[in-house]
Amino acid sequence: MGCSEVISNIKKSLPDFSALSVFQNYADEICIKVSPQVFKNVCLALHKMLPSPIMMLFAVDERKFSGVFVVNAVLVDLKQRQWIIVNMDIPQENPCFDSLARNMYSATLFEREIKEMFGIEPKGNPNLRRLNLHDEVWPEGNFPLRKDFKEMNSGSLGEYKFNRVEGGGIFEVPVGPVHAGIIGPGHFRFSVAGEPIVNLEIRLGFTHRGVEKLFEGKSCVDAIRFAECISGDAVFAYSVAFVSAAEKISGILIPQKAAYLRGIFLELERMYNHVNDIGGMALDVGFSFPAAYASLIKEAILQLNEKLTASRYLKKVNVIGGVSIDIDQTKKIMLLDSLKKIQKDFNELVKMLNFSVSFMDRVDTTGTLIRKTAQDLGVVGLIARASGIPADLRKYFPGVYNQVKFKMITRAGGDALSRLELRFYEFVESCRMIEEFTAKLAEGLDIKVNSVLKQASALGYVEGARGPVLCWLKVDSNGVIQRCKIVDPSSHNWQGLSYAVLGNIIPDFPLCNKSFNLSYPGNDL
Amino acid sequence: MIYILKNRILKGIVTKHIGPSLSKEIELVGLGLKSLIQKRFGRSLHIRQVDTGSCGACESEIISANNPIYDLQRFGISFVASPRHADALLVTGPVSKNMLIALKKTYEAMPEPKFVITCGDCALDGGLFKDSYYVCGAVKNILPVALHIPGCPPSPLDIIQVLLTFLRKKEQ
Repeated sequence: MGCSEVISNIKKSLPDFSALSVFQNYADEICIKVSPQVFKNVCLALHKMLPSPIMMLFAVDERKFSGVFVVNAVLVDLKQRQWIIVNMDIPQENPCFDSLARNMYSATLFEREIKEMFGIEPKGNPNLRRLNLHDEVWPEGNFPLRKDFKEMNSGSLGEYKFNRVEGGGIFEVPVGPVHAGIIGPGHFRFSVAGEPIVNLEIRLGFTHRGVEKLFEGKSCVDAIRFAECISGDAVFAYSVAFVSAAEKISGILIPQKAAYLRGIFLELERMYNHVNDIGGMALDVGFSFPAAYASLIKEAILQLNEKLTASRYLKKVNVIGGVSIDIDQTKKIMLLDSLKKIQKDFNELVKMLNFSVSFMDRVDTTGTLIRKTAQDLGVVGLIARASGIPADLRKYFPGVYNQVKFKMITRAGGDALSRLELRFYEFVESCRMIEEFTAKLAEGLDIKVNSVLKQASALGYVEGARGPVLCWLKVDSNGVIQRCKIVDPSSHNWQGLSYAVLGNIIPDFPLCNKSFNLSYPGNDL
Repeated sequence: MIYILKNRILKGIVTKHIGPSLSKEIELVGLGLKSLIQKRFGRSLHIRQVDTGSCGACESEIISANNPIYDLQRFGISFVASPRHADALLVTGPVSKNMLIALKKTYEAMPEPKFVITCGDCALDGGLFKDSYYVCGAVKNILPVALHIPGCPPSPLDIIQVLLTFLRKKEQ
């Protein structure tokens, strides 16, 4: 579908719509510029037509060049395999725009973020509490992502107001930010009537480090290493998302062999994350033997990573234009051997869990996120697939996955069992795909090409272990980053967790939480 | 149950299954550590971990140090759920402003004697995040730090080795 078709489709629901400009930015990216008056309706029309949740909604401070803030909304057209970016200019005096949140839930958190980071008011959003800049430590009126922000000015501090459930027999259980385990910080506030949870409010932002601001002013080459330190268990996915945006900007195509290598490393990352989560679910119901067994498999994959790339978490592998580490014949044999052992151990792990009636009973129908709720919330990635939504970037934007027999897996249940089984199948599938990729690796071919950056913006994306990692990048003519917006799948999915636990008991919360296994640092940035 | 028994027997003791040099290294390091901890802290060292904004890689490696291959616990070091039970506080991350109060409160909740260990490059001086508007930086400016474990992230073996060297110095 080209630009004209998108426009004519929008016109079906908005007859008198006209765009200020429309252009095909890249083969998989269409940019539509509209006036602030129609922005909301265009997004809404696309949201219903595609259908797509708001995948990204973010502002860019262009006041220095054109005196405006630009707000971009990114939606995805899975059928036509392209991203649609709708943007509008907002004047710098009393910046505001009409909120999308009442019509599209998936826009809510993004609007809150725009408000706290840029001071742009989403008019009509019913909930504008701060997300990452906590009221208790960050004074009013400081907007760190504005270009003219230098340092924090003092001002009045506030207090975060939790939603309250009131009534006879309701009590609150606050948990966090420091949890019992070795895990990231977050605050969970349960409202409980007897045993079942009637409301869960999740307050995050504790690991906010100002990642997006730190990107600005860095060269793209330096920024790769930085992107790798955003979310420690999605190192490779983040670096791929980042470099693929940079590669789109410089207009280069990476060598086929580099693409295979990236495929291998992406799937290795998925494997160690999936087995870690499976083990975590066993551990959180007190089933310690399979948990320990899973940790051995994870360790085997991390050691394999180290042998292949000298880094257990696949750091310093990606460069703009390809990869810096080759897999030669000896490594190839070692990789295939290790995979066989890992696969064998994994089959035993699956049997142990599947044949334990009490474990299966515990995960079955626990923490159900029904498809309708998942769609309304705009849940993505693995969690969406476990609720029956066919969403996997590897299928719709296959890239190198075209070269292997990729099969998208979905489950209909939406409960902890579905998420567990999905991980079982995806692990095996990843293992198989790595074997296919490895078979295609030829000796001696190039694994990277040189690139020259120009002034432009592009969207990089990749399906990580949790779901789509998105990175929108804008660089100037010297290759210096002007703005980099990162969206982790977790930021879409945390809300899903607070719905999935409703009606469950608090002792099942660790299990529900682990079955989602969402990222704190990826969400908080 | 049958699969658990089968795998328990087939797997045996996994520490012997990894490369001999590595395994020996862990043994030597770990046994040394155990005797030192016994002298200093009675029988064992209990650690409470706090993430102040780390990317999660340090946590992953700390958890790995507790897996059956490295098995930190057999040397008398265990991770506890509450600061009230802890002898040492293990801090990761560059200290986000949002975590400053939680970090201080966790430290205050620990009984004496207590000491603080930092883990990972971020906790030393803020690492890649030190110039951020939202990072307090070096843990040592907030709490008295006795030991730093370098790395991004430090491997499980690094974690065990640095702990030993430190406790040996304390001894002298």
